[in-house]
Amino acid sequence: MIEALEILFTASFWVAAIRIASPLIFATMGELICERAGVLNLGIEGIMVAGAFAGWFTVYSGGDLWAGVVVAAMTGAAFGLLHATLTVPLGLSQHVVGIGITLLATSLTYFTYRLALPEVTSPPKIEPFQPLAIPVLSDIPVVGPALFAQTPFTYLAYVTVAVVAWTLYRTPLGLALRAAGENPAAVEAQGISVTATRIGAVMAGSALIAIGGAFLTMSAFNSFFFEMVNGRGWICIALVVFGSWRPGKALLGAVLFAAFDAYQVRLQQVTGSVIPYQLFLMLPYVLSILALILVARRATYPKALMIPYQKGER
Amino acid sequence: MRLEPKPAPSLAVTLAYPAGAILATLAIAGLLVLAAGASPLSVFTLVARGAAGSQFALLETLTRATPLIFTGLAVAVAFRAKLWNIGAEAQLYAGAVLTVVLGTGALPLPAFLLIPLIMIAAMTAGALLLLGPALLKTRLGVDEVVTTLLLNFIMLLVVSMLLEGVLKDPMGLGWPQSERVIAEAKLPRIVQGKRLHYGFVIAIVSALIVWVVMKKTALGYEMRAVGHNPEAARFAGIPVNTVLAKTALLSGGLAALAGFSEVSGLKGNLTLDLSPGFGYTGIVVAMLAMLNPLGVVAAAIFVAGIFVGADAMSRTAEVPSYIANVMTATALLTMVTAIMLTRYRIRWR
Repeated sequence: MIEALEILFTASFWVAAIRIASPLIFATMGELICERAGVLNLGIEGIMVAGAFAGWFTVYSGGDLWAGVVVAAMTGAAFGLLHATLTVPLGLSQHVVGIGITLLATSLTYFTYRLALPEVTSPPKIEPFQPLAIPVLSDIPVVGPALFAQTPFTYLAYVTVAVVAWTLYRTPLGLALRAAGENPAAVEAQGISVTATRIGAVMAGSALIAIGGAFLTMSAFNSFFFEMVNGRGWICIALVVFGSWRPGKALLGAVLFAAFDAYQVRLQQVTGSVIPYQLFLMLPYVLSILALILVARRATYPKALMIPYQKGER
Repeated sequence: MRLEPKPAPSLAVTLAYPAGAILATLAIAGLLVLAAGASPLSVFTLVARGAAGSQFALLETLTRATPLIFTGLAVAVAFRAKLWNIGAEAQLYAGAVLTVVLGTGALPLPAFLLIPLIMIAAMTAGALLLLGPALLKTRLGVDEVVTTLLLNFIMLLVVSMLLEGVLKDPMGLGWPQSERVIAEAKLPRIVQGKRLHYGFVIAIVSALIVWVVMKKTALGYEMRAVGHNPEAARFAGIPVNTVLAKTALLSGGLAALAGFSEVSGLKGNLTLDLSPGFGYTGIVVAMLAMLNPLGVVAAAIFVAGIFVGADAMSRTAEVPSYIANVMTATALLTMVTAIMLTRYRIRWR
């Protein structure tokens, strides 16, 4: 029992928690941008797969690590453009198109992987991002190593949250984006195109989602394998709801969630094989459902979420 | 640009756009085949031959179509009422679990009693598995897309736990697999010595029943009304929440039959790779069929043909069999676009 609690006070536990949180932070911010503009992006799971592969493959083919991040982002934006073209001007069902994008992005990735590496049996490795301790800050006990002895990719996640929050709440662009998800007619009345705003939001959001996927192959692990995203995208959709569509709260949710995930892995080692390991693996998914139930009563969706907008229509 | 509703399209238009969608899918797949350094024409010929070029190929396609008919029906029924059941995969496994729980010797009954009993039990399990998310949606407003998706992952872990625990086959040499079902719990083969089994017949009958329910009963009417406009349906006195709950039971039950038929008719036991995503492919099948229960049968055979054909093709040509997954996903997106274009006209000003 004491052992189970002691885990919480070790620096290595919090280091792992932040590492697990990083891809979720990117993808959650990406999904949040899409939804705040009024578009549910169920392509998230597949776009993460595509991003994970694109980033890894760029580095594997001799590219720079940051070039991998950029290529992943561009891949995500391309799928975002496809999603947005079908759901925004054409107004197709965001549920069906989103699932379609996930199936398409996943299968295209697997096809490309098999095509590019037909003979490999074990996935080839790359040299991933290495931890970079920030002087002074990383010397703070527990918190220091957890937050400031991570890889630069994790620091990019912190920057992303700040940029997303600042853009959403402090810039005219953010105001237009949020209004497109709440009251699109008002945006159009200001002479701003709802269609363009939403397409831009879905592309930017999908780029972030893909970067989240790339974190898995370029920082958390060092190779690409099938099923590696493993539902993280769907969990991020739950995190957006849990975070009431606010970047700060969503960040908190992601870290809390990752802490649970890191904890269950360590608890597994403490309890040995008394409890089936599958119950621990189930925990993230069960927690996501519980989180949704917890906030269900007070969840205030963006009012125009999933409602296509047509100019001049009431 | 703006979308304008078209007057009721003629039959030619209604068929021309979906045909265009299939052509667009073939064109995109053709580009991928070119990227793989092969000739699209010869690859497509190999796929077609592998799917329908011989009696063996055709029977293989129908065998693969069987679970897709069930999951396709499950999705079609749910989507008609705008209940977004993305959890057919989990419901399929729930049905499969019940099939091995009851079918491996626990009930010493003759086949004509045991098989219907297993079917009812499997359907109940699948139905209840979807009832949860449906109630969470109607009572608390929890989005069913995410809950049903997450349940797929939970269910697979439950199955893994069962296969390493209570359902583990003692003779399985450590592999996570269940015991085999007894002879009385097996669905017979339709053609002696071939894999096609009576699950296919049950699937066709299910499609007919679902068609009757959707077109000829009050429930079917209410489901369509709820799917079309829940507010208007509520205003018209339709108990929306009850209709959604019934839809969930029907949809979950149908998906569970896919698991039953795969175990009882084809595989004989439960393993973790029983379904290579039949639940997700069911969404493609249902959309290609425009949610029509009889169309689901045709769409399932078409999609199954692509998969079976691509498997056969990839054995001789240097094109990964994942081309089948790309084609079905592309077909889904081009088809929903085509359906929209039969109903609306795009005005660029």
